[in-house]
Amino acid sequence: MHTPYLVLIILAPLIGAILNGGFYMYHIKKKPLPELLFALIGTITPFISFIFTLCLFLEMRSTDVIFHQSVFTWLDINGLVIEMKFLGDKLSIFMAMFVTFVGWLIHIYAVGYMKEDEGFGKFFAYFNLFLASMLILVLADNPIILFIGWEGVGVCSYLLISFYYTDAQNVMAGNKAFIVNRVGDLGFILGVVTLFFALGKTGLDFASMEANVGLATTSTLAVAGFLLFVGAMGKSAQVPLYVWLPDAMAGPTPISALIHAATMVTAGVYMVARFHFLYTGIEEIGLFIAYIGAFSALLAAVIATRQTDIKKILAYSTMSQLGYMFIAVGLGFYSSGLFHVFTHAFFKAMLFMGAGAAILALHHEQNIFKMAQHRVYQPIVKATFLIGVIAIAGIPPFSGFFSKDAILAAAFQKEEYLIYGIGIFTAFLTAFYMFRLYFVVFVAPNGHDVHYASTDKTISFPLLVLAIGAVFAGFLNFPAIFGGEHQVDTWLAQLGSTTLHMSHATEYILMFASVAVAALGILVAYKKYGKFDVSKPEIEDGIIGNKFYVDEMYDYLFVKSLKKVSTFFDKVVDDKVVDGMIMLVSREFVDFGKKLAFLQNGNVRFYALYMLIGMSCAFLYLYTTLIGQ
Amino acid sequence: MTSLLGYATISMILFSIGVIGVIARRNIFIVYMSIELMLNAINLFLVTFARYHFNMDGQIISIMVVAIAAAEAAIFLSVIILLFRSKGKLDTDVFTVLKQEVE
Repeated sequence: MHTPYLVLIILAPLIGAILNGGFYMYHIKKKPLPELLFALIGTITPFISFIFTLCLFLEMRSTDVIFHQSVFTWLDINGLVIEMKFLGDKLSIFMAMFVTFVGWLIHIYAVGYMKEDEGFGKFFAYFNLFLASMLILVLADNPIILFIGWEGVGVCSYLLISFYYTDAQNVMAGNKAFIVNRVGDLGFILGVVTLFFALGKTGLDFASMEANVGLATTSTLAVAGFLLFVGAMGKSAQVPLYVWLPDAMAGPTPISALIHAATMVTAGVYMVARFHFLYTGIEEIGLFIAYIGAFSALLAAVIATRQTDIKKILAYSTMSQLGYMFIAVGLGFYSSGLFHVFTHAFFKAMLFMGAGAAILALHHEQNIFKMAQHRVYQPIVKATFLIGVIAIAGIPPFSGFFSKDAILAAAFQKEEYLIYGIGIFTAFLTAFYMFRLYFVVFVAPNGHDVHYASTDKTISFPLLVLAIGAVFAGFLNFPAIFGGEHQVDTWLAQLGSTTLHMSHATEYILMFASVAVAALGILVAYKKYGKFDVSKPEIEDGIIGNKFYVDEMYDYLFVKSLKKVSTFFDKVVDDKVVDGMIMLVSREFVDFGKKLAFLQNGNVRFYALYMLIGMSCAFLYLYTTLIGQ
Repeated sequence: MTSLLGYATISMILFSIGVIGVIARRNIFIVYMSIELMLNAINLFLVTFARYHFNMDGQIISIMVVAIAAAEAAIFLSVIILLFRSKGKLDTDVFTVLKQEVE
């Protein structure tokens, strides 16, 4: 069904970005404008998007239609038509719902967090632009349009990581994120090109690709699927392209909450789910995705246990949870993966916002042990953080339990016991390091009284709303075993996900196992950090504390060697060979000229001689040619 | 016919002597005389061909050349005097002010 509202969902934040950007230019060039103006534009436009999305969602619920909107023809090359077309099916509306909702809440939070910042207007301009790009990505009807959004969110991520651009470290982090993503994007582009050659003749939009996927050979599809997943590795911070995510925490905390936890990094999962018709036919690639996810989940969880920066711990936990999502989509359980994206968006955004509120109260102190030493009492932050930590650890009935358990059960059902084992061990580690974080920052005794610190309303309101989500979102996909209806799975039935079917006894045992490991993790964390002496902080040492030296390895393998190559090209090839050749030619001309200048000695007699020689030659020539006739 | 060839040969020899004089000799007076020699070699040519064709035009031009050469002599001699005053020499190799030194 054609609808005019789809494009409005995207246009609202885009217009917000343009307005904020324009006003910000006026603000710095002409005369200062009040923050309230930027805040209003910045928060209302995502809300408009959310309302439109909600309307479409409600209509879809009652009438079960798929929305289309073709805005204009973007490219028309010799019969190949690429339209600026948006698609509102159940998958994209599902994504757009929580992207706009969580996005809106984080915009509100940012009003409080960025208060009195120099770049307040600029921040909201970028933030709105990010939301618009993300919505283009989600609502795109063909991979080309999807790629516009894909790159758009990458640019915004880069701009926002290096938001405090006066610090060289932040700029480096921004560059790192951008460059590492570029590696993934190359894979994505090549994947789209492969698809274009395989299926391009019958139309490049998702619907016709799905209908004609049988025309291509399995090997072509496998290549395309693998290349597209390389793109997802970059965007969703999976091994081996994950190194940018922890460094991306250099940006302001709302950025970390929205871009690097709730929405942008899940784009890879969304993309794989969007190409479900492709991945269903190539199970080997799917299995590869699942293994990459499992490995990323484990690696990130292990690193997180030794980190001391609160935001980096959360970043590694994000990567770890993304690993779970890839396990699910890799094994064909698309709706379970997306359900984890959904619950994760709530509790991870909340955790980041809580961390941000605590960091703000402590004047930008991010080391968890130092935060403990100067702890202040923020009841709302503490309570919501606890909810978030429980949710991510996977304790029922909080949302994280249902989504994570579904993924683990899926791995078990597929008889991928290695993945299941890694998953369950990672669940243990997750509970451990998240509660380590909680106990150190909020509980461990620090030897003096803590003062009450008030929390801004713009910060506490989103925290509370998300806390409700983190507690209850899990019930949306309540398992049948407890009399639930799997509403999310039903809603996303179009993806053709593999369904979970196992005996009730097995299901109970699996649930018990995951709860047990989570509880064990909490217990270990409590034993070690419940009464931890925060005046003697841990330091990041050893092989785990140094993140397995992966950064150093990449630096040595790629950065240093590339630098060597470019130095070679600069100093040897360019300076010596190319310049040498060109300079040789010019030097020869100069030398020749100097020799010729010797003839011009100012003496009239010699000039007369030259004239004589010249004229003799001319006449000789004329004479011979005339005689020749 | 032989007389035409003889005259032409003589005038060409005279012209060549003039040219060689201009190029090879360094004394300004000799250079000047060589130039006059070339003019008169050309005059001889003009007169020879005028006579050969029974046409007076060439003779008229040679008379004009003689007149102009006389006027030119006046200017040339005064220029030589000025040159001599400035350098005290009559050697053409001294007068190389248009030469630009190469670095």
